[in-house]
Amino acid sequence: MSSPSSASPNQQGSVMVQLSSIRKSFDELEVVKGVDLQIGAGEFFSLLGPSGCGKTTLLRMIAGFEAPNEGHISIDGQAMDDVDANERPTNMVFQSYAIFPHLSVGENVAYGLKKQRLAKNVERQRVDEMLKMVDLEGLYSRPSYALSGGQRQRVALARALIMEPKVLLLDEPLSALDKKLREHMQQELRRLQRTLGITFILVTHDQEEALIMSDRIAVMFDGNIEQLGRPQEIYERPVSKRVASFIGVMNFIEGEYIGRKGKQLKVRADALGEVLLEQEQMPTEIEPGQVTIGLRPEMMTVLYHKSDKSEKEFNATVENVDYYGDMTYYTVTLPKSDDQVTISMRNTAGRHVYEIGDKVRIGWGSASMVILV
Amino acid sequence: MKSKAPIALFSFVVTYLIFLYAPIILLPLFAFNDSSIISFPLSGFTSKWFVGLWYEETMHRALKNSLIIAVVSSVISTIFGILTARALARHQYIGKKPIFGLIMAPLFLPEIIIGVSLLIVMIQIGLTLNIWTVIIGHVLIITPFSVSILAAAFNNMDRSLEEASLDLGETRFGTFRRVILPLVTPGIISSLLIGFTISLDEFVIAFFLTGIEPTLPVYIWAQLRFPSKLPGIMALGFILLVLSLVLLALFEFFRRRSEALTSGKPSSEHQ
Repeated sequence: MSSPSSASPNQQGSVMVQLSSIRKSFDELEVVKGVDLQIGAGEFFSLLGPSGCGKTTLLRMIAGFEAPNEGHISIDGQAMDDVDANERPTNMVFQSYAIFPHLSVGENVAYGLKKQRLAKNVERQRVDEMLKMVDLEGLYSRPSYALSGGQRQRVALARALIMEPKVLLLDEPLSALDKKLREHMQQELRRLQRTLGITFILVTHDQEEALIMSDRIAVMFDGNIEQLGRPQEIYERPVSKRVASFIGVMNFIEGEYIGRKGKQLKVRADALGEVLLEQEQMPTEIEPGQVTIGLRPEMMTVLYHKSDKSEKEFNATVENVDYYGDMTYYTVTLPKSDDQVTISMRNTAGRHVYEIGDKVRIGWGSASMVILV
Repeated sequence: MKSKAPIALFSFVVTYLIFLYAPIILLPLFAFNDSSIISFPLSGFTSKWFVGLWYEETMHRALKNSLIIAVVSSVISTIFGILTARALARHQYIGKKPIFGLIMAPLFLPEIIIGVSLLIVMIQIGLTLNIWTVIIGHVLIITPFSVSILAAAFNNMDRSLEEASLDLGETRFGTFRRVILPLVTPGIISSLLIGFTISLDEFVIAFFLTGIEPTLPVYIWAQLRFPSKLPGIMALGFILLVLSLVLLALFEFFRRRSEALTSGKPSSEHQ
C-alpha cells in the first residue's frame, strides 16, 4: 500500500517496537482490526487519525494498559505478552497529564525513582537536571495545583523521561494547550527527541502536528493503518480520498482515467482538459474509469500580472476570500463545471489581496496532481 | 440598575433564618440564666448549671454510651462507604443501580419507620437491646452519607492517576498506598466526622433500639419530665450545639480539601 522505502523504519536502524497482527475488541466492538507495524529505534513516530480510529488503544496496548485479543507486541526484541505495564521499558505522557495533586513538582518527577532508593542528593540532582531540560528550573517545591497547563505538561514529560524509557508514549499531549503554546511545545518535543535519541510514539488527531514533528506517520481509520510513510509522502501522495482530505486541505476534481500512453497516464477532467501524469501520481493501481483528482491549494496560483505565465491557466471569479495574515485562501469555480477549488497564496510584499467578485487568472500544472480512489 | 426583587428576597431570607434558628438561641439564653424556671424576664448570669453537669453520674454514663456508639457507627459506615464507592467508581456488575438505590434508601425513609421496624425484627430474632442494636440502626442511616462523600472523592479522582503510577513502575499496592489513600483520606475524615455528628445527635432510632443503656439524646428526653433538671438540660444542649458546629466546620474543611485534591483544581483557600 505504501512505497517500500518507508515500510521499514530506517535504512540502517533497528526495530524498537514490533506489532504483529494486533486485534482488539471491547465487548462486541472491534477497535483495532489487524495492525502490523514496525517502529525504529530513535524514530519520532506518529499515529494519526480521527477520534475512534483505534490509535489510542494501540498506544495503550504498547504501554501495557490493554492486552490485545490477538497478535503480539515486542519492544527491543523482547516479547511483551506476559509483561505488565509497570515492568515495561516504556513511559507515558497522559492526555490529562495525570499529575499527582498531593505532591509537589519535584515529588511528581521523582515518583518513579523511589524504587531505586537513591541517596537524597543524587535523586535531587537528577530531578533538577530533568527540570532544567524541560524548562521548569527552580520549580521543585511548587505544589502541583499551582501550575499552568503548559507547566503541567512539562512536569508529566519530565516525570516520564527521568525513567530513561526505551520508548516514550505520548497520548495527545498538546491538545489542551492554546495555539501559541502548542506550537512552541511541538518544537520543544522535537528538539528533546533529537537530543535524547529515544523512540517517541505520538498519538494525535492534529495532522499539522504530525507533519511537523514526525519522522514517519501512520494514518489510521476504523482500526486499520491506511497509509504509512514520511510526512512528505503522505502529504504529496495520499493513497486515498480519506487520507487526502484528512491531511491539510485538498481540492477534489472529478475526472476520468483514460489509460496509459507509454509510461504516462492519460487523465481528463471537464474543467481542466486532458493531462498526462507520471506513474507515481497514482499511488494505488486502478483500472481506467471515473476517478477523483486531488490538487493541493498551494499548487495553483493566482496570476497577478499580464506577463505572468503558467503551464496551464483559466479565468475565474473570486467567490470567497479567507485572509489569514500570512496567507490568503481564494475560492473559485472551475470553468465548465460546478466544482469549486481553493487556491492559497502567500501574502508577500506588495501582493494584492483580491475581493469577492474580482476576476482573476489562475495558473496550474499537472505535476502536483494525484489520482485518488 | 437595581430592582426591587433583591430587597424583598433579602427580607424573606432574614425572616426565614430567624424563624428557623430563633428557638436555638433560647438554649444559651437559659443555660446561663440564674433561675430554675424557664421563663422571661431573665434573672442574671450564672455558670452553675454547667458546673452541675460535672456531677451528673447518669448523664456521664449516657454520654459514654453515645460516644462509643458514635465512634463505632461512623467507622463501620465509613468502611462500607469506601468499599461501595470504590466498586461504584471502578467496576461494572449486575444490579449496580438497584443495589445503589437500596443503599441510599434509608435517606428517604422516616426514621421512626426505620426505628420501629428494626425493633420488631430484633425482638423477633431474640436480640437484647443494647449499644450494639443502636449501632446497627445508626450504621443503616449513616452509610448513605458515607457512600455519597466517598463516591464523590473516587469519581473526581482522575483514572489516569492510577495508570500513571503503574506506568512509573509502582505496584498495585504501592499505588494504593502512595496515590489513592492520600487522595481519599480527606474524604474518609469527612465521612467519619459527619457519621459521628449524626450518631451523637440522633434520637428517634436510639429511642427505639436502646435498652437499659441510654444514649445522650435519649437521656435528655427522659429528663424533660423533671422541671428542676431543665436548666441543666439547656446547658447540656448548648454544649452539644457548639460541639456539633465545630465538628461540622471541620467536616466542611476536609470536604473542601478532598474536592481540591481529587479534582486537581485549586481550592478557594489556595488561589
